[in-house]
Amino acid sequence: MAEQNMVQALNTALHEIFAQDSRVLLMGEDVGKNGGVFRVSEGLYDKFGGERVMDTPLAESGIIGTAIGLAVGGMRPIAEVQFMGFLYPGLDQLFSHAGRLRARSLGQVTVPLTLRMPYGGGIRAPEQHADSAEAYLTHTPGLKVVVPSTPYDAKGLLYAAIEDPDPVIFLEPIRCYRLGRMEVPEGRYTVPIGKARVAREGTDLTLIAWGAMVNLAEKVADEFQSAGVSIEILDLRTLAPLDKEAIGHSVAKTGRAVILHEAPRTGGMAGEITALIMETAFWHLKAPVARVTGFDVPYPAYAWEDFYMPSAARVSRVITETLKD
Amino acid sequence: MESWPIYRVMGDESSAPNTVPDALALKIYQDMVLLRTFDEKALNLQRQGRVGTFPPSLGQEATEIASAHALSKKDWMAPSYRDHGALYVHGVPFENVILFAMGRAGSLAGDVRALPSSIPISTHLPHAVGLAMAARMQGEEAIAIAYFGDGGTSEGDFHEALNFAGVFKAPVIFLCQNNGWAISIPVSRQTASATLAQKAEAYGIWGVRVDGNDALAVYQVVKEARERALAGQGPTLIEALTYRLGPHTTADDPTRYRDAEEVVSWRGDRDPIVRLGTYLHQKGILLPADLEKVRETAQAWVNQAVEAAEAMPPVKPVEMFEHVYAAMPPRLVQQLQEFEGGGR
Repeated sequence: MAEQNMVQALNTALHEIFAQDSRVLLMGEDVGKNGGVFRVSEGLYDKFGGERVMDTPLAESGIIGTAIGLAVGGMRPIAEVQFMGFLYPGLDQLFSHAGRLRARSLGQVTVPLTLRMPYGGGIRAPEQHADSAEAYLTHTPGLKVVVPSTPYDAKGLLYAAIEDPDPVIFLEPIRCYRLGRMEVPEGRYTVPIGKARVAREGTDLTLIAWGAMVNLAEKVADEFQSAGVSIEILDLRTLAPLDKEAIGHSVAKTGRAVILHEAPRTGGMAGEITALIMETAFWHLKAPVARVTGFDVPYPAYAWEDFYMPSAARVSRVITETLKD
Repeated sequence: MESWPIYRVMGDESSAPNTVPDALALKIYQDMVLLRTFDEKALNLQRQGRVGTFPPSLGQEATEIASAHALSKKDWMAPSYRDHGALYVHGVPFENVILFAMGRAGSLAGDVRALPSSIPISTHLPHAVGLAMAARMQGEEAIAIAYFGDGGTSEGDFHEALNFAGVFKAPVIFLCQNNGWAISIPVSRQTASATLAQKAEAYGIWGVRVDGNDALAVYQVVKEARERALAGQGPTLIEALTYRLGPHTTADDPTRYRDAEEVVSWRGDRDPIVRLGTYLHQKGILLPADLEKVRETAQAWVNQAVEAAEAMPPVKPVEMFEHVYAAMPPRLVQQLQEFEGGGR
C-alpha cells in the first residue's frame, strides 16, 4: 500500500476506473493535456486519449448540460467545474435537469453523472475561487453531495460516486489536496454514500464537520484532549443524504454538539443538522447546539480570509461555552 | 437575406425538387391532421377543466410532424413543451401527452428515445449534444435532435450547446421553430440578426432556413442534416419559418399583443395542412373524398386516446417519492411515512 495525498489518491482512482470501464469519461476545462489545474487528472489524457479525457470550451452550463446528455445516453461522465465559485452558470442544469429527470420521467430517464469540483477557502486564492456553496446543492432534491476529507475517503467516495445511478456532486476541499499522506489501498473499494465517519471517538461533545474543517476540528480536539476534555469528531463525508442516524447516535452519547462549516451561516448546513439533532437527540442534550461558521458576507479577498474562516480560537471559544452547561 | 435563402419544395417559389415518396407524404399529412385535431380537442378539454394549461402547436404541424418522420427510432429527441407532435411520431402515445397535460409527469412510454419535454427554455440543447456524442461513442447509427423556438436562441444554453456541438462535431440537429412569437415578444426583440440560421456560421456549423409550413421541405432538410451528421460532417442549425396560430398556452390571450390581420394572413393558403393537402390533391395522392375520412379517423383516434387517458387510475402519493433516486434515501422514507401518518 502506498502513502498518498488526496490529489494522488483521486488521480489513482481515475486511472483505475478509466481502465476498468470504457464508459467513463472526464470533461472540463484544462482536464486534458494540462492534467487539471490541481493535477488531479495528471497522465489521464496521455493514457486514455482526448476522446475520453475531453478539454471543453469554457462554459459551465455547457459542460454540465452536455454531461447530462452523455449520462442519459449510456456513458458515465465525470464533469469537472474548475472551482466551485464558477459553478453558478451550471446550477440551472443541476436544478432543472440533473436533479429531476428521473422524477419527471417516473424513473425512465436517469442521470448517472459525477460532477467534481474543488471548493473551499484558506489557500490565499484569488477572489471567487474559495466559495463553499454546498447548501445550494443539498437543498436540491435528486442530487447527492459528498465531501471527502482524507485521501482514503476521496478514492472510495469517487468510486462510489461514479458507480452511483444518480447524479453525485463530488466536492474536493482544496486545502486537503496536499495536506497529508496516508495509506490508500490499490484497486477498487468504495466508501458508502450517506455514511458519516467517526474521525475520533469522544464522550463529552460531538464536533460535526466536513472537508477542510475536519482537520481544524482535529487540531482543536487535540488541545481539549490535553485539557482532559474528550471530543468526538463526526466527519459527515456525505452532505446529501445526511447520515441522520450517525448524528443522532453521537449526540445522544455526548449530549453536546458543535457544528463547524466554512459556508456562510444563514441557510447553511448547520441549521439543518441542528434540526436533525432536535429530532433525534433532543432529550439527551445538556447544552444548546452551537455552530461555528463563515460569516454572512461574500467570501472576502484573501487579505481578510483569516477573519472569515472559522479558526481554532473561534471553535475553542464556542466549545468552551457549550461545555459550561 | 440573399445568403440565407429559404428552402422550399411546394409552391411557386420552390427551390428544390420533391424527394418524399407519395405514401410517406400521405402519412405525414394524416399525422398533421391528427395533431391539429388533437390540439383542438385539448383546447376544448382545457376549457372544460379536464386538462390543465396546454400549449397547442396550431400552425406548426408541418415542422413538428415532418421533422420527426425524417428520424430513425434510434435517434434521441430532446423536445420542448410544444413538441408533442414530434414526440408522437417518435413513438410516444398521445395518451401520454394528455396525461402530461393533466398534470401527470412522464410524457414518455416504453423505450422511446426522448427526454421529458424541457420546460426552462433551451436548457435541453446541451443534453442533445451529449446524447449525440454518446451515440457516436457507442458506435450507434443515431443522432440527436433538439426542438426549441425563436425565443430559445436568446438563451445562454443555445450558445453553449451550439458552440460545444461545433467543437466536438457532434451528430446533432438544432431545430429552431421560428413561429414569430415568444409569448408576446416578437422575434425582432430576440435578436438584431437578419436571420436565426445565420447564427450557425459563428459556431462553424451548418445553418439552413426552411419554409416551416412546407412539410416536404422540412422533411428533406432534416433528412439531409441527419445524413450529414451521420457522415461525420457535424451539427446543423435549422431555422424553420412557421407561425403560432394559437395562443402560447391556454393561459395566454394573444389579442393583447398582435394584430388579428397578421394571424389571418397565416391561415388559408399558408396553413401547412392546407398546403400539403392541396399538393397531395393536385398530385392525385389524396382525393377530396379521402379528406373527410382522414379527419374522421383522426377524430375517432383522438377521442379514444382521451378516453384511455381519463381511464387511467389516479396517481398515488408514493410515486412522488419513489422516483427521486434509484433507491429511496432514509429521509424520503421518513417523509413518505410522515405523509401516510406513520412516523414523524
